[in-house]
Amino acid sequence: MSERVHTVIPAPRREAILSMLKRGERVDGRRADEYREVRVETGVVGNAEGSARVSIGHTKVIAGVKASLGSPFPDTPDKGIQIVYAELIPMASPIFEPGPPDENDVELARVIDRGLRSSSTIKLEELALVPGKHVWRIYIDIYPIDHDGNLMDASGLAAVAALLTSKIPKVSISSNGNLVMEEERVPLPIGDAPVFVTIAKIGDALVVDPCYEEELVMDARITFAIDKEDNVCAIQKGGRGSFSADEVVKALDLALSLAPELRSKLPPSPSDSH
Amino acid sequence: MGGAEGIKLLDEEGRRLDGRALNELRKCRIEAGVLKNANGSAYIELGRNKILVAVYGPREVHPRHEALPDRMLLRCKYSMLPFSVPDRKNPAPSRREVELSKVIREALEPAIFLEEYPRTTVDVYIEVIEADGSTRVASITAASVALADAGIPMRDLVAGVSVGKIEGKLAIDINGIEDQYGEGDMPIAMMPRLGEITLIQADGRFTRDEVVQALQMAREAIAKLYEEQKRALKEKYSRILEEVEGSEVMR
Repeated sequence: MSERVHTVIPAPRREAILSMLKRGERVDGRRADEYREVRVETGVVGNAEGSARVSIGHTKVIAGVKASLGSPFPDTPDKGIQIVYAELIPMASPIFEPGPPDENDVELARVIDRGLRSSSTIKLEELALVPGKHVWRIYIDIYPIDHDGNLMDASGLAAVAALLTSKIPKVSISSNGNLVMEEERVPLPIGDAPVFVTIAKIGDALVVDPCYEEELVMDARITFAIDKEDNVCAIQKGGRGSFSADEVVKALDLALSLAPELRSKLPPSPSDSH
Repeated sequence: MGGAEGIKLLDEEGRRLDGRALNELRKCRIEAGVLKNANGSAYIELGRNKILVAVYGPREVHPRHEALPDRMLLRCKYSMLPFSVPDRKNPAPSRREVELSKVIREALEPAIFLEEYPRTTVDVYIEVIEADGSTRVASITAASVALADAGIPMRDLVAGVSVGKIEGKLAIDINGIEDQYGEGDMPIAMMPRLGEITLIQADGRFTRDEVVQALQMAREAIAKLYEEQKRALKEKYSRILEEVEGSEVMR
């Protein structure tokens, strides 16, 4: 995108978007339930255990997975550790400022974290090598590099795609009880593969996958993480507006109807391959 | 989420650990106008939760460049006191508190006529004194009373409740143990009179029909909290009235 990105939308443009929506049209010609083109590429970073680059229209996100051995949390001695981090870097948009993570970075990371955790995307119970002592810590780092709206869904796809293609060193325990990291790498133990679907409320309209301009005029947004069995494994409402109960259910039905198509963009799960 | 291997959260009769039915709120008491310095304040006890909210403003925005030309800037800070939880909480803001401050602010904003006070700010300070599950929604319930107490023009109050999933069943207003060992948590806040949802989050696993049912259960519980909110506000003004009448008698 070469045109200047606004942080505040000019009033005439806002009016145009709203009046078009009243006629059932979106600024970029999409239907209300239509995603922009979704592309998922994996294995884009050699030094990462797994990685993915995802684009939804002009929005681009890179996610990488790194694994290291560490001690477990005291309250979950028999489980590995999942750590999701996201950083809205100034490269991605003029609205992102340099500095420590703010509430937007933290919200993005925590919603993705909940979706992954609730659906057991990583089978953390299989990542305890010596329960109480040595477990795998899996870091999922998410970096939007170009922001044209809907970072949530793009980040979710990138995180899950990176995890599905991650390989970690095989670890054996020697006779004297030491951990030995072998050359051989094995896939991460994967449970489910959730997808994140975000719906924006603009006036009376509900539209899926809002682009940046739509985010500037939207009243509120709601994100659903949907697992393979059509369970909702995370919800997050954002924005200054509100939803009626009917709108929440309509948005959920929209999310459920779009989840399979979005999931089809993901690489196969390592457990599906045999 | 401890899953099935944890504690038994429901007995044979379907009662919860603290004896409540699935659709039963904990005892809730709200008091308005509890702090002298704040423009508005409220205190809520919901079961063992104890939360104080102070509202300052509308006042000048500092730093000035954060002021908005077309509306009030609402700022919100949710924090847990170090001794509010079993293991001491580090007083520095956690990532959880940063996120909750944001979603609580966005749960309150729909109720406030922000455009009536451009270039000003209202600060909402939430301090959790003791925590036992569902603190974010209890904070919202108290914060909207504190905003009303400060005289901020609002469309409606906002009240919130969490719907949890314990042993496969939906339960209203989950406490700390139910949150820790249950299968899911769905905090919901609404403007009760308008029926609009201003906060909804979830973790755990819910089917579509469970989401629909949770919305209905939340609505019923929120109607009860709304009555307590209104009672607290009315009580504050009858207290003032008594004081005024008392001082007239003195004269």
